[in-house]
Amino acid sequence: MPDVVIPIGPHHPALKEPVNFRIIADGEKIVRLELNLSYNHRGIEKAAEQRNFTRVLPLLERVCGICSHSHATAFAKGVEEIMGLEIPPRARYIRTIIAELERMHSHLLWLGVAAHEIGFDTLFMWVWRDREAVMDTLEEMSGNRVHYNMNEIGGVRCDLTPGQIEAALSRLPPLEERIKKYLDMVSSHETLLIRFRGVGRMTREEALQYGAVGPTARASGVDYDARRDDPYLVYGEIPWNVVTDTSGDVYGRTRVRIGELWESSQIVRYCLEHLPEGPIRADAPKNAPKGEILSRYEAPRGELVHFIRTNGTDKAERLDIRTPTLANWTSVAKCLVGHSIADIPVIVAAIDPCLSCTSRMVVVNKERGSGAAAAPCGCIVRQRPAARDRRET
Amino acid sequence: MSDPLQTLAEIFIFPGFLFLVAFALFMAFLDRKIAARMQQRIGPPLFQPLADVVKMLGKEVIDPDGADIRLYDIIPLIAFAAVMTAFLYIPVTGYSPFAFTGDLVVVLYLLAIPAPSLFLLGWLSRNIFSTVGGIRAITQLFIYEVPFFLALLSPAIMAGSWSISAIVSWQQQNLWFIFFQPIGFIVALVGLQAKLERAPFDIPEAETEIIAGPWTELTGRRLALMNLTFSIALVAGSALIAALFLGGPVLPWTLAPAWLNPVAGMGLFLAKTLAVLMLLSSIRVATGRIRIDQLTDIGWKYIAGAAVVQVGIVLVINWLWVVP
Repeated sequence: MPDVVIPIGPHHPALKEPVNFRIIADGEKIVRLELNLSYNHRGIEKAAEQRNFTRVLPLLERVCGICSHSHATAFAKGVEEIMGLEIPPRARYIRTIIAELERMHSHLLWLGVAAHEIGFDTLFMWVWRDREAVMDTLEEMSGNRVHYNMNEIGGVRCDLTPGQIEAALSRLPPLEERIKKYLDMVSSHETLLIRFRGVGRMTREEALQYGAVGPTARASGVDYDARRDDPYLVYGEIPWNVVTDTSGDVYGRTRVRIGELWESSQIVRYCLEHLPEGPIRADAPKNAPKGEILSRYEAPRGELVHFIRTNGTDKAERLDIRTPTLANWTSVAKCLVGHSIADIPVIVAAIDPCLSCTSRMVVVNKERGSGAAAAPCGCIVRQRPAARDRRET
Repeated sequence: MSDPLQTLAEIFIFPGFLFLVAFALFMAFLDRKIAARMQQRIGPPLFQPLADVVKMLGKEVIDPDGADIRLYDIIPLIAFAAVMTAFLYIPVTGYSPFAFTGDLVVVLYLLAIPAPSLFLLGWLSRNIFSTVGGIRAITQLFIYEVPFFLALLSPAIMAGSWSISAIVSWQQQNLWFIFFQPIGFIVALVGLQAKLERAPFDIPEAETEIIAGPWTELTGRRLALMNLTFSIALVAGSALIAALFLGGPVLPWTLAPAWLNPVAGMGLFLAKTLAVLMLLSSIRVATGRIRIDQLTDIGWKYIAGAAVVQVGIVLVINWLWVVP
C-alpha cells in the first residue's frame, strides 16, 4: 500500500479542539507527521493588557475552560509579588483547595477522554459521573462549575462556610474509593493494558530534551513539580507527595494522573480540616510598581508560566502566557512516529492537550524560515519561537 | 411450501420481514438500554431505534463526489437482503419453512456478506477515512471468519447434519451443545461480536481514529438500511448461536393443546436469543477497542487455535462414542 495522507482535524471526533495533523502513513504505520497548531487565536494577551487588575482576572479565567483557576492564580500571584503584598493564610488555603479540586476535575475529565479515545466508553461514563462530585463541590464553594472566579488581587472573593466544608468533606470518601478502583483498573484491565502499555514511550532524556512538563514529564521519571520545587500558596507547609512513574508511556501517564488524583484529594482534605481563621483578603493597592516577574504555577497539565511586566499603572504592560500544552507538543510529535494510526488519539490525548489555550499569533515566513522549527523527528511544529526563548530567561 | 400465499406470508410477515424488523429494532433498543444501564446512563426510550430508522429514511441522501452512485445505492440493499434471507432458515417456531439439508452453510455465507459490503462502500466513497475503515473491515473479516465458521461447524459435525433444524432436534434428543462444546460457544460469541463490529472489535468504525470508517459517507436511506442490516445481523447471529448451542426453540416435553407447542417454543427461543444478546452487550460494555495488529495476534493465536481445538475434541468424541 502506498503512503496515505490522513488529515486529522481541525474538525475531528477525537479532538474537541482545533488542531490539524497530516499523518503520512504506510498502511497503518505512521511514517511522519506534520502538526499545525493555532486555529484559534483569540488575542487574549492583548486584551489582558488593556484591562486593569480587577477586570483582568475574569478574562484570564477564560484562557482555559478546565484550568481557569490556574491562570487567574498564576497572574494574581505574580502581581501580588510585584506589589509586595502578603495575602492572608485563609485566602492561601482557599486558593489551594480550589486549585486541587480543579486538578481533580481536570484529571478525571482526562481519564474519561483517554478511555473514550480507545473506545472504552464505560470507563468514560463512570469517570465523568464521579467527576460530578468534584464539580458540585466547586459549584457550592464558588457558585460556578468551571469559571470559579475565586481570585482577587490580595485574596479570594468569597469565604467557605462550615456547611460547605462539611459537604465537601462528606463527598471525599466515596470519591477516594473510586480513585482506588480506577488505579486498580488501569493496572489490571486487559484492554486498558494492551492499549496503554508501551504506547507513546518517551525516555527521561527525551522528556528533558523536548521540554515536557507536568504529568507527561513525571511519567518519564522526571521528578519535577513546580508546587514542590518553587513552592507557592501553601504547598511548602502541608504534607503531600510528587507522583512519578518510570515507564514513560501512556500507561505511566495514566498512573501518574490517578496518583495525583489521590494526592489532590488528600491535600483538599488536609486544607479543609486545617483551614485557618482570619480575613480572606488583604487591601491591594490600585497600581503595581514597575517590575517584571515570571510567575510559575503547576496547572493540572503541567507547569504554567505567566510573564508579567508592570509599569506603575493599574494594567500589565506585557503579559505572556506559556501554557503547558505548548511545552508538551514536541514530545507528542516524537512519540507518534512508528506507532499505528489507531494510537494517534490516545497518544495525543496523553499530554492532555488544551489547544485553544495554547494558540498564539503565528507568523510563518517561508523565505527566512522563521516561525517554523524543524524538530529532529521529521515533523514540523509551528509555534511562536519567542515563547520558548523567554521561558529560559 | 405448497401454498404460494403462505410462502409470501412467511417471507414478508412471519418469520420474515415484519417480525424480523420489529424484533431487530427491539433487540437494538435492548442492547442500547443494557449498555446504558451498565454505564450508569438512562438509555433510549423503547421506540428510539424505530424513530432513528424513520428519521434517516426521510433525510437527504448526499452522494460522495466521484463515487459510482448506482453501485453505492445497491450495496446496502444487497447486505440488507442477505441478512434478512439468513434469518429465514433459522427455526424460530421449532421448524423453518425453508429448511433444507445444508442451510447452515448458506446462513454462514449470507451472514458474511455485510463485511465485504462495508469494504466496497468504503472503497467506492473515495473518502480516506472510509477507505482505511473498509480495509480494516476486510482485514478483520479474514481474522474472525475462520474461527467463527469452525465454531459453528462443530455442532454440525457432532450432529452429523448440515441442517440447522436437524442440529436442533439432535439437541432435543441428547443435550445442548453448549455442554459438549463450551469452547466453541465462546469462540462463536467472540466471532459474532467481531462480525457485528462491536467493541472490542469496532476497529473498522473507530470513531476517534477514522470518524466512522466506511459509514462516514453514508447518509439518509443508505445509512438507515446499513444500520438495520447490522441490527438484523445481530438478531440472526444471536438466533443462530441460540439454535446451535442452546437447543433452539424446542421444549423438552410436549404441551397439552398442540398449538401451544410452537408458541411456547418461540417464547423460549426469543428468551435464549435475548440471553445471547445480554452476553454480547456485556462484552461490548466491558471492553475498549483493540488495535488491528493486536487483533491479528489474538485472532490467529488464540481464537482460531481454540476453534481448532474444539473441532479436534468433537472429532475425538465422535470417534469414541458413536452418536445416535
